[in-house]
Amino acid sequence: MTFAVKPSDWILLSPEIFLTAAGLLILSLAVSFGKAKEEFLSFLAILSVAITGALVVFVSVQPNREAPILGGAFVVDNFALFFKGLILLSLLLAILASVRFVGAAPYPGGEYYALLLFAGVGMLFMVSGNNLISIYVALELMALASYILAGYFKAEVKSTEAALKYFVLGAFSSGVLLYGLSLVYGLARVMGLPELAKILASTDRSNLLMLGILLILAGLLFKIAAVPFHVWTPDVYEGSPTPVTAFFSVGPKVAAYGILARIFYVAFPKFHADWGLIVALVSAATMVFGNVAALLQTNVKRMLAYSSIANAGYALLGVLGFRTEWGLWGILIYLLAYTFMNFGAFTLVIFLESTGYAGESVSDFSGLAKRHMPAAIAMLLFLLSLAGIPPTAGFIGKYYLFAAAMKAGYAWLAVLAVAMSAVSLFYYFRIAAAMFFSEAAGAKMQSSYALTAVVLICAAGTLLIGVMPQPVIALLRACVLPR
Amino acid sequence: MQLAGIPILSIVTYVPLLGALAVIFLIPKEKTTTIKAFATFVVALDFLISVPLWWAFERGKDGYQFVEQASWIPSLGVHYHFGIDGISLILILLTTLMGVIAVVCSYSAITDRQKEYYVLLLLLQTFMIGTFCCLDLFLFYVFWEVMLVPMYFLIGVWGGERRLYAAIKFFLYTLAGSVLMLLGIIALYFYNTTGFLGYKGLGNAATFSIEKLTAVAAGMPAELQVWMFFAFFLGFAIKVPMFPFHTWLPDAHTEAPTAGSVILAAILLKMGTYGFVRFSLPMFPKAVQNPRVIGVMVFLAIVGIVYGAMVTLVQKDMKRLIAYSSVSHLGFVMLGIFALNMAGIQGGVLQMVNHGISTGGLFLLVGVVYERRHTRQISEYGGLAKPMPLYATYFLILSLSSMGLPLLNGFIGEFTILQGAFAKSFWWAFFAATGIVLGAAYLLWLYQRIFFGEVTNPKNANLPDLTLREQLVLAPLVILALWIGLYPRPIFEVIRRPSEKIVEAVGGVTAEAPAMAGRTETEAPPRPAAVPLQGATGAP
Repeated sequence: MTFAVKPSDWILLSPEIFLTAAGLLILSLAVSFGKAKEEFLSFLAILSVAITGALVVFVSVQPNREAPILGGAFVVDNFALFFKGLILLSLLLAILASVRFVGAAPYPGGEYYALLLFAGVGMLFMVSGNNLISIYVALELMALASYILAGYFKAEVKSTEAALKYFVLGAFSSGVLLYGLSLVYGLARVMGLPELAKILASTDRSNLLMLGILLILAGLLFKIAAVPFHVWTPDVYEGSPTPVTAFFSVGPKVAAYGILARIFYVAFPKFHADWGLIVALVSAATMVFGNVAALLQTNVKRMLAYSSIANAGYALLGVLGFRTEWGLWGILIYLLAYTFMNFGAFTLVIFLESTGYAGESVSDFSGLAKRHMPAAIAMLLFLLSLAGIPPTAGFIGKYYLFAAAMKAGYAWLAVLAVAMSAVSLFYYFRIAAAMFFSEAAGAKMQSSYALTAVVLICAAGTLLIGVMPQPVIALLRACVLPR
Repeated sequence: MQLAGIPILSIVTYVPLLGALAVIFLIPKEKTTTIKAFATFVVALDFLISVPLWWAFERGKDGYQFVEQASWIPSLGVHYHFGIDGISLILILLTTLMGVIAVVCSYSAITDRQKEYYVLLLLLQTFMIGTFCCLDLFLFYVFWEVMLVPMYFLIGVWGGERRLYAAIKFFLYTLAGSVLMLLGIIALYFYNTTGFLGYKGLGNAATFSIEKLTAVAAGMPAELQVWMFFAFFLGFAIKVPMFPFHTWLPDAHTEAPTAGSVILAAILLKMGTYGFVRFSLPMFPKAVQNPRVIGVMVFLAIVGIVYGAMVTLVQKDMKRLIAYSSVSHLGFVMLGIFALNMAGIQGGVLQMVNHGISTGGLFLLVGVVYERRHTRQISEYGGLAKPMPLYATYFLILSLSSMGLPLLNGFIGEFTILQGAFAKSFWWAFFAATGIVLGAAYLLWLYQRIFFGEVTNPKNANLPDLTLREQLVLAPLVILALWIGLYPRPIFEVIRRPSEKIVEAVGGVTAEAPAMAGRTETEAPPRPAAVPLQGATGAP
């Protein structure tokens, strides 16, 4: 195998290269800066994410960028560019949401921002990954940064517990994934996904191959927190610092969906009948368990954790629809909608915490309408969107996923999904009821500029995709992987 | 009257929304008087804009009128598509009128968080009117769902003691019903385009146009139609509400503030019956004609009539009593619709309006004494006719209208429905008629307990009678009740063409139709000279 590297390859990888350098710069500056000049570091981090975004746009207009680069290790197609954009968006939101939070925390902020950026680098590589090894290595880069971020509140038991749980289970699942990858490699003798697809197309179904595919699936389902690989989620979400939780609930999940889609859409379509049933069952279990467990929660972070499990279940409907044009398209639309609405909801939790309230229990939302009406309305919008009520982004996303399930022949699953989506309203609206129906549990509140910006971005995204979905839908149609 | 070139339906729909935005951004919440005045201005303006539709509407014409169409989501084939036929026309007029009544009746009832209250009422107006205007199934679903949100808050913030329970129950029930409809819509979409679940699609261009999809759906194989019928059924049946899906209604009605109850009764429940008339019947005629489906529907309707009336008899709370009476009345509407003949469907549609007038009015009247005494227990009252003679008069007229006394609107509707039911089966009409007897029983008994005899409770001795504002709110309803009762012909004229289309779609005997409709009209005392409201444009 020749490993040809063209100079233009480096241009196509410029966003990743720049973000790595920026992360290293912030890390080294953090050593000399200390706690005092942290705000400057957060500003640097925001700036570097913005520049990386500009570089992604720059890459998107390069000629001939669709061909695999670095000897087939990576590919910068529309699909990857969409995910890069989404990852950078969640990174930007996470940093903005962290500014006040990290400033108030007694831990150094420089390494926090650097770790966020490194996790971002890992994710950017992940979604561009075009062979099994590059995908795996990028995934590990993201995961290692995430483990440390979960334990960022190192003196607090909850946070340390979250980090340890995340690490142990994450390492285990990475092992499972790697084992699966190695089995598939052993049978096909190629690493690249397009080559793999070609060879598997003429390969007969064998038990070993099925085992390999199953293990890869299991490893990825862990990353997206699907039942029965979800057990880590509530504890990690609850224990991690809230901005980190918000980031975990979108960024890594989005990236994991990116590689799940790429691997199964590109390499394993032939065996859809085999893994389809498993994905269908996992999707059903995930939707039911996520929603039912969320009903019982009184801690908002845990509730949103279970809700994000349930959301992973809805998105799996799109994976089932991979044989139709609706499946992947639906996932892209849903992930975009989900990023806005889910991050928005978590930001409101951060808002309550940063203003001197715990913000983690449903009762902390009591009377928010009287304390800060715009915040309450924004939260209501995110909750409506999460519950899939039109005209919000969540509704458009769910519409595509349900359509994908119907089109792919999983009508029973679509019925289950809509039923569960009605159930979800019950717990989402416990927060709404607390905000609008209860008496105020405190004084009026003030928001910070950074948090206001995050909420405004999320609210605008949630509402605009709901009311004017056409531009987004059409754009994402062009980002679907080619067959 | 010409309305060419003016997007009149959009204007009617969005005036309240613009008003709501103006209230949010321009009027500070301390200026409650300004807010009330402005909200009243907005709904009154909206009503005035909607009234010319009555004259501009061409009676004899097929299809939809005042059509507006623009592309909304081309990737899916979704259009912003508005248009009305006679059935939507009268429901829109009812909605804009009820909007005015709802705002005016809230002046003194709502003292807390007034700005939010009027904003929500205005938003609700927009969503309700929009629902009746939609000719695009996707757009319809959007309005249909989003409507729940303001109602949820109206019940939850300004409701009675059990408001939290009632609000979430209302939201969950109606949402659970409508999500299945969403799958039905998706299935319809795929059937029209590329097929699904082994059904070969028709390969048409993607569309959600109700007109086009109605034709497409009517051509579906019978067993798929039955599935589709039930996917849509649940959403509509819960909204109506049909027995046994009615349990959310007593709670929501009872706990909602007066204006909320009025709107729920007068408009929101009609969404369900409207859904059956607009979608279920014309789209799935093979399913609707299936004897088993008819059997189930008529059985549920009759159980609703009789059971609803019997439960109403034993209620101790005035609002709950009227809420349960809605179950019974809406059972009549459903019976008429599923008689699948001209008399039944026309009567059903007319009875939707009648129920809105009489039950909406009764809720207003309960609100009047509730504001004075802060209790709705029937036992707390008695002998009110003495301190409140005007109140007693209004209450009597609207009760009689609700129980279907001749000369009032309820009679026309119920009679026509029974006529339609009788044409199908003696027993349908027989059981339904027992509902009328029971209806007279619970309403007269209620009236007797509240108004007759001596004033037993000293707190009631000096209750002030209706104020001018309260009379102004009630008077339009009484006038409408009398008008429809004496001279229903203009309304029958408006709804005849769409009803004929529906009867044709479900294979009813169209030849009998004009005779039937003609006969009903002559049942009303022929006094056309007394009512100058009939527009000359109405004549074909």
